[in-house]
Amino acid sequence: MPWTRDDMAARAAKELKDGYYVNLGIGIPTLVANHVPEGIEVTLQSENGMLGIGPFPFDGDEDPDLINAGKQTISELASSSYFSSSDSFAMIRGGHIDLTVLGAMEIAENGDIANWMIPGKMIKGMGGAMDLVAGVKKIIVVMEHTSKNGDPKFIPACTLPLTGKNVVDMIITDLCVFQRPDHDSPFKLIELAPGVTAEDVAAKTTAHYTT
Amino acid sequence: MQKIYPDAASALEGLLFDGMHICAGGFGLCGIPERLIDAIRDAGTKDLTIASNNAGIDGEGLGKLLRTRQVKKMISSYVGENKEFERQYLAGELEVEFCPQGTLAERCRAGGAGIPGFYTKTGVGTQVAEGKAHKDFDGQTYILERGIYADLCIIKGWKADTSGNLIFRKTARNFNQPMATAGKICVAEVEEIVETGSLDPDCIHLPGIYVKRLICGAPYDKKIEFKTVRERAAA
Repeated sequence: MPWTRDDMAARAAKELKDGYYVNLGIGIPTLVANHVPEGIEVTLQSENGMLGIGPFPFDGDEDPDLINAGKQTISELASSSYFSSSDSFAMIRGGHIDLTVLGAMEIAENGDIANWMIPGKMIKGMGGAMDLVAGVKKIIVVMEHTSKNGDPKFIPACTLPLTGKNVVDMIITDLCVFQRPDHDSPFKLIELAPGVTAEDVAAKTTAHYTT
Repeated sequence: MQKIYPDAASALEGLLFDGMHICAGGFGLCGIPERLIDAIRDAGTKDLTIASNNAGIDGEGLGKLLRTRQVKKMISSYVGENKEFERQYLAGELEVEFCPQGTLAERCRAGGAGIPGFYTKTGVGTQVAEGKAHKDFDGQTYILERGIYADLCIIKGWKADTSGNLIFRKTARNFNQPMATAGKICVAEVEEIVETGSLDPDCIHLPGIYVKRLICGAPYDKKIEFKTVRERAAA
């Protein structure tokens, strides 16, 4: 049985280490915060200028001056700090953030990622995604294995405009996990969702990877 | 030295002209200079080029200047949640320069700090890098990005003293701090103006040198784009 969105987030959370500073993207990546393993302390960064994101506020306590990068209301922790957008991206670009979890529309076998634009259709913009993939130490992508039409999303080369070139370290889909030790190596299939076979993965993947 | 003006229109007097470049602080609807945006709308200044992380939403924030067709070009990182923007862009009525969020913040910081360009690895190998100078440092490739220096910067703060020293509140700081520095003159609106000496000099986020004109825009009716809450546990 393929992993649910929550299962995928829980799998990504296994990559967290004590003391990590982490930036989570919008969608499934946000759910990773619900699965931080016991005994591990991580600090979540929001690129609009905050370290130490707390849980959603109680109804009635929401504050328009306190939002995350997805423009949702959040709360602060005793350890929180605020700073400007330029300081925030100095942190990101400067390699001080340990891990980021992002969604994607396409991943190429060489680690290219496309997640910001569909020419002629979606013109929302890249937000902070290009800065995150360029600057954060480890990049994990969490995405459905195939598109809504059933087309593979882990492919030989991206067809959509890129967000970053040769930047992805790990891919977690509803079927499996791919990982590579460095940016010169191919991705390797390292884990399967319960009941999913390596043949199932191969049938839905056009990218080259090792097993 | 009198920095305090009675309202947004008087604070902008003599500063607005057609075709000008403006830096506008804020992230989504958080920390946007809404009184100053209203005053620019009322003044009818057109063909504006505006650097702002977002373009407001329909009828809110910079969305108001889009509705009145006062904007020629936006320099932004994310413009979702805005149907009028999308319509004008797809119809070719509005020019858009998509700029990665961190690059936009640094372009303003650099522009305000007298740095006309800087190298960054953000966007290397993407559309953003097209036409830009590339240079390798220590085995990595970087692209040259230009600093931004506008004719006018408009920002929103929380409190300022009568000398223009200013503090922000929580995540409403965002682009307001770098953008305050990135132009010929910065006009700030705040929720409260206090006597000089009542803010701790060690806790000023934006020194008064950057704030040339100041208004109190209160009372504010701040908008929330996505209200997300959790249930209180039953007692």
